[in-house]
Amino acid sequence: MATATQSEIDHEIAQARATYEASVAGGAARTAQPAHAYPPYRSTALRHPRQPLVTVALSQDPEAVELASPAFGGTDVTALDHDLTRQHQGAPLGERITVSGRLLDRSGRPVRGQLIEIWQANAAGRYAHQLDQHPAPLDPHFTGVGRTLTGDDGGYAFTTIKPGAYPWRNHTGAWRPAHIHFSLFGTAFTQRLITQMYFPGDPLFAHDPILQSVTDAAARERLVARYDHDRSEPEWSLGYRWDIVLDGPTATWIEEGR
Amino acid sequence: MTTPSARPTPAQTVGPFHGCALPFPGGGDAAPAGHPDTLVLHGHVRDGAGAPVPDALLEFWGPGPDGELPRATGSLRRDPMTGGFLGRDGIGFTGFARVATDADGHWAVRTLRPGARGGHAPHLAVCVFARGLTRHLFTRVYLPAADREPITDPLLAALPPERRATLVAVAEPRGSHRFDIRLQGAAETVFLEFA
Ligand SMILES: [Fe+2]
Repeated sequence: MATATQSEIDHEIAQARATYEASVAGGAARTAQPAHAYPPYRSTALRHPRQPLVTVALSQDPEAVELASPAFGGTDVTALDHDLTRQHQGAPLGERITVSGRLLDRSGRPVRGQLIEIWQANAAGRYAHQLDQHPAPLDPHFTGVGRTLTGDDGGYAFTTIKPGAYPWRNHTGAWRPAHIHFSLFGTAFTQRLITQMYFPGDPLFAHDPILQSVTDAAARERLVARYDHDRSEPEWSLGYRWDIVLDGPTATWIEEGR
Repeated sequence: MTTPSARPTPAQTVGPFHGCALPFPGGGDAAPAGHPDTLVLHGHVRDGAGAPVPDALLEFWGPGPDGELPRATGSLRRDPMTGGFLGRDGIGFTGFARVATDADGHWAVRTLRPGARGGHAPHLAVCVFARGLTRHLFTRVYLPAADREPITDPLLAALPPERRATLVAVAEPRGSHRFDIRLQGAAETVFLEFA
């Protein structure tokens, strides 16, 4: 198959959105989660299940393994893990930022003491990963990996540098908007989440099949952090705020009849 | 009484570059050293063309042999001096394993044989991440014989035999167990959603 142009991909993105909106107009529930089959993101073609997911009803099943989650603690993180600018001898190049917010469940309750892991490209848009051959410079002072445990209020905070956009080979001229990958655990394994956080106002949003795999516009906006001037530090860093809400049933949610 | 008032954050693909961040030394070695109930599980992850998936990440979570879900921490035990990984302490059991597939799409974990809980046949929860998956896939790996009649496990009982078989590990002559994951196509693994 010939590699698609950006305008062909833009057209496929528009089609997928129209199909979703038509299904909602026809009475289907809105969904925040991306479909497994999303043709504009080419690698999904051979990697998505064709059989429907099988539903496990946890409401009748308090013993289900998935209603609990692995525990993480003070031995699993170090004091410097949350600051990606201090993991090497020198400071990384780029725009210093903080990303902070709260980890919540569907009831809006804080998820306490759980592990958050992040990874990202450097300011030039290159990962410290051997398979990333984008001809942008590596930064000897930046690995782009961070971890933290959430606090009692579900709060978390990372200090890092703003990642650059980078090209990928989904189609001709494909560029990913700047993003930070996030991995999150909840109180139940059902809530396990890996996602990406974006920066406000990026002109690449409309052209990116990964962000657009979330076909619901309101849900897509929840992947974009807010610039928060109160969290910027004079002469030091720019502040971004991003709250994360874990999907998936939990024991308390089920007990309370949802 | 609360209602699900907060709107969920959507998932996004793990992408191809999680290897610098998520796998950790000893991630697949969840069993305490020399434990008699050690379970060696391994297999391939394959796509709809039968090709190996070399950039998948698998997570396993479940009970110990007594059927209890662990509360121990220390899966990613760290060295506060170097910031590196110390490996697990060899004593505690966290119930959590994480492994990336290798260039052949193969993975292996050493964990403890799960005990039964409630009315379930012994199994572990599995979460699959990969480039090309817009969001992760949940499945379960059951110990052999879970699908022998009469089938008591509620999930296995609800599946036709050929689909059921995709969730059951196969015992191998030397004591290990094989569990292949097929993302698509013939013998596609049963993937789950929770309600
Ligand atoms: Fe990325």
